Amino acid sequence: MWRYLSVPALFLVLLGFFLVGLFRDPTMVPSPLINQPAPQFELPQLLHPERTLGLRDLATGEPVLLNVWATWCVGCRQEHGMLVEIARSGEIPIFGLNWKDDRAAATRWLERLGDPYVAVAVDDDGRVAIDWGVYGSPETFLLDGEGIIRFKHIGPIDATVWEREFRPRIAQLRQGQS
Amino acid sequence: MTIRLMLAAGLVLGALASPGQVTAAPFTPLTVEALSPLEDPDQRARYERLIREIRCLVCQNEPIADSNAPLARDLRREIRQQIESGASDREIIEFLTARYGDFVLYRPPFTPRTWLLWLAPGLLLLGGGWIFWRILRARADKPIDDEEWGEDPEPAEDTPR
Repeated sequence: MWRYLSVPALFLVLLGFFLVGLFRDPTMVPSPLINQPAPQFELPQLLHPERTLGLRDLATGEPVLLNVWATWCVGCRQEHGMLVEIARSGEIPIFGLNWKDDRAAATRWLERLGDPYVAVAVDDDGRVAIDWGVYGSPETFLLDGEGIIRFKHIGPIDATVWEREFRPRIAQLRQGQS
Repeated sequence: MTIRLMLAAGLVLGALASPGQVTAAPFTPLTVEALSPLEDPDQRARYERLIREIRCLVCQNEPIADSNAPLARDLRREIRQQIESGASDREIIEFLTARYGDFVLYRPPFTPRTWLLWLAPGLLLLGGGWIFWRILRARADKPIDDEEWGEDPEPAEDTPR
């Protein structure tokens, strides 16, 4: 029996691997920073260059988002409306990390499209983004009240992503706290 | 029988393309390096080797040595600065994997998550070899089958006159 089934069996195993691989997105690289304390940083703010924004400001005791964006990034333009909407609803504070961008262009972008951010840190040389393991914007980190990274979403946020990926996790974090 | 032989050959060939053999292209595009080379030849050699070991996350089939992506440029600068400030290769690799995971390494460490990746080529080779051997043995046991080979063609037929 085995004599006749060995080759088809091997074939089916390989087929299984390929089938699973076919439906996985190779551009989604899992971050080793999940459930780790967020990396320290201290950067000048976009709209108030005389002030800085750091990890201290993000650890407010409440969950917050850190959104990595840039004006050269198409996905950021796509998700911006959604971010503005989230900010308006007051669901969760959103902080921004402006990644390797032009300061004037970034300021204009916020003036024109609305500013969903509590504050935006300017990462000119991309040094902080490396510490955060950023490799493609937009990326959005969910931090708990203690400044621990609980989740990271790569790619634009839309209503579906928000509903499916963020809302339950935020609710869970809030429950854990009270 | 022929189909089995072909399958065995396919397995052996597949096994030869092992993950350990992923090496960078032998040429480097001229546009990639904007910085002046490191002065110290030792440091330069380490830098050249490290940037070939690290996979670019933006264009995933390129080492950061060959990539023009802004992130690859940043990572090259980072590696260079760390070499200049005296970090060891191991420290630099740890720095990168702590942030981006084992994915950035073309040669990931042997862990429970990667053992299949590392061993699959050998297993496929063994499996293919085993099937191949079985077929050969089965053939050796059989008396030569004249019908399979058919009648001898008449050689005189196609020789030019």
